[in-house]
Amino acid sequence: MAPTPPARDVAIVAFAQSDHRRRTDELSEVELLMPVLHQVLDATGLKTSDIGFTCSGSSDYLAGRAFSFTMALDGVGAWPPISESHVEMDGAWALYEAWVKILTGEADTALVYGYGKSSPGEVRDVLTRQLDPYYVAPLWPDSVALAALQAQSLIDAGDTDEAALAAVAARSRDSATANPHAQVRGSRPQGDYLVRPLRTGDCPPVGDGAAAVILAAGDRARDLCARPAWIRGMDHRIEAHSLGVRDLTDSPSARMAAERAGAFERPVDTAELHAPFSAQEVVLRKALRLGDDVTVNPSGGVLAANPVMAAGLIRLGEAAARIHRGESDRALAHATSGPCLQQNLVAVLEGES
Amino acid sequence: MSKEPVAVVGVGQTKHVAARHDVSIAGLVREAAQRALDDAALTWSDIDAVVIGKAPDFFEGVMMPELYLADALGAVGKPMLRVHTAGSVGGSTALVASNLVAARVHTTVLTLAFEKQSESNAMWGLSLPVPFTQPLLAGAGGFFAPHVRAYMRRTGAPDTVGSLVAYKDRRNALKNPYAHLHEHDITLEKVQASPMLWDPIRYSETCPSSDGACAMILTDRAGAARAPRPAAWVHGGAMRSEPTLFAGKDFVSPQAGKDCAADVYRQAGIADPRREIDAVEMYVPFSWYEPMWLENLGFAAEGEGWKLTESGVTELDGDLPVNPSGGVLSTNPIGASGMIRFAEAALQVRGEAGEHQVEGARKALGHAYGGGAQFFAMWLVGAEPPTR
Repeated sequence: MAPTPPARDVAIVAFAQSDHRRRTDELSEVELLMPVLHQVLDATGLKTSDIGFTCSGSSDYLAGRAFSFTMALDGVGAWPPISESHVEMDGAWALYEAWVKILTGEADTALVYGYGKSSPGEVRDVLTRQLDPYYVAPLWPDSVALAALQAQSLIDAGDTDEAALAAVAARSRDSATANPHAQVRGSRPQGDYLVRPLRTGDCPPVGDGAAAVILAAGDRARDLCARPAWIRGMDHRIEAHSLGVRDLTDSPSARMAAERAGAFERPVDTAELHAPFSAQEVVLRKALRLGDDVTVNPSGGVLAANPVMAAGLIRLGEAAARIHRGESDRALAHATSGPCLQQNLVAVLEGES
Repeated sequence: MSKEPVAVVGVGQTKHVAARHDVSIAGLVREAAQRALDDAALTWSDIDAVVIGKAPDFFEGVMMPELYLADALGAVGKPMLRVHTAGSVGGSTALVASNLVAARVHTTVLTLAFEKQSESNAMWGLSLPVPFTQPLLAGAGGFFAPHVRAYMRRTGAPDTVGSLVAYKDRRNALKNPYAHLHEHDITLEKVQASPMLWDPIRYSETCPSSDGACAMILTDRAGAARAPRPAAWVHGGAMRSEPTLFAGKDFVSPQAGKDCAADVYRQAGIADPRREIDAVEMYVPFSWYEPMWLENLGFAAEGEGWKLTESGVTELDGDLPVNPSGGVLSTNPIGASGMIRFAEAALQVRGEAGEHQVEGARKALGHAYGGGAQFFAMWLVGAEPPTR
């Protein structure tokens, strides 16, 4: 049974992100996050105590310790006590939880943040711990190797070739030239093979970073932002975990999420895709039916900056920021989780003309 | 703007034990989920979305296990959210699921929380050394013992109160077939003679380490009308958080707990919790937290909580039964413990709690807390649909 459409208009009214860097040894996670929180609050003039609901996304495995998000909460300044929650996922899903909270009418505004430091460990190794713990994880297949399987499937299916993948990578880094927060910018060689058929340029940089967003409902959003990015729909779907039962050249979960979010009702002009590997952009363009007339990843995308656990939230923030600036009227934002695009979230954002 | 009323129409638990060597993590969660579906007379295809919670990923050594568990929980092609709010997570997870129904985003949601502590070592999981950060080398008991001491000093409670709670909860657990500890030969003297671990907390006043999962099916008004068994209705639900460490923090009775309870009572129209609530499933991992939370939750005036416990009010046949299921002191799959509190509260108002049923329970409170007594999640459920 189809649910009743959202009963409340909710918008992204502010977005801030850190400058993403390969290492931030001098900063704790809280110190990485604090300036971003201040920026996003300053942009709206709101204080922590004005916010109706707070939700964050992060990962203990990146931090290397249990309950790592508790320290970030101290940074938020949760006093007097706040209504707050946390997802052990990318911050994009924290935004989803906050959106639902506002839809219930229990909050009119929400602060959402996501952060991750990949530099203290080996993120390729760390991500293997996401895999089936009994049969797959003991083999330590890393994230690049799994993405390479997906890329090779696409090439074998005739959906792409190495030259096309290189073009995706080059376009992303060129676009990132205009993004002061990006980690990898401007034209650079595609590099050597990391895991065939993927070269360095096909893979995301390893880096640390944080992002934050403020959501608001109805007139509150209009008060806080000259041109709010209204969330017209948002949905997320997951697929089977085992790669052996999935068609890696397709993304049915992304397609389903887009459909439920209303993405196919009218064309979008912009898409911010969370595609950590160049070949995944090929999969997503097809699943999300993005034509050549759609501006894809004007920020440079994840190939230019990949702070794990914030990268998906940044896609929503970048898409919203383009609407805030009047550069887009209808944008699609996408976030992913798990190996080879296992889980996908799609939001459709619009500005009022 | 009106919210959709939310009903609990299915509850499922595993038999909680120290180690479930016979099932994988996936097998464990599947068992609880299947029981919840059976209770609701629904099938996997009736579920629109899955909301899953557990405490730190280091407790099993699986990062973001919802990815691996998608297949086992019938979530393929559906939305799946993973909540983590430390020890309160079981409660928070249920509230996130409840909001999906209340906001009319989905009509029927499976929510589940688990911990399979035997896969790893929780003490290790909480004690990983991190540069420039104080590790919790003493485990949770070492962190909470000084706050219990502060409570005793502040209220003048006699040092016998903690053992009364443990003795009560362990006896209640004997009536709950899913409880982990079934100590048939328990006596008050045995509790009092058990070794001192973190003064004033004795061995028998601490929670066990359990493997277990708890699941609930939440649905809307139409779903409740189709359910074969009575529903529990959500009358109020809230989360509150405060910082771990700061000069103004009251570790004995945190402000976030007070605010959270007040919000739930406001939503549910409860003016006098002591009179209007029939049963409480309270997160009591160390026995002294019963009198402490009685005050924090507004059931007793400040300094008076231990008197309620001492006078037998919180016994199963008392005026305000607390933890008729045996509570966290008898069963502690950490990430699931909060959801078990919420689910047991639902069982009470559905009249489905079996031998540990509180007679005539119409309104029950489920309570969870976590972190450095800084994260709180609560809901109040009733036998009748909410009228406000």
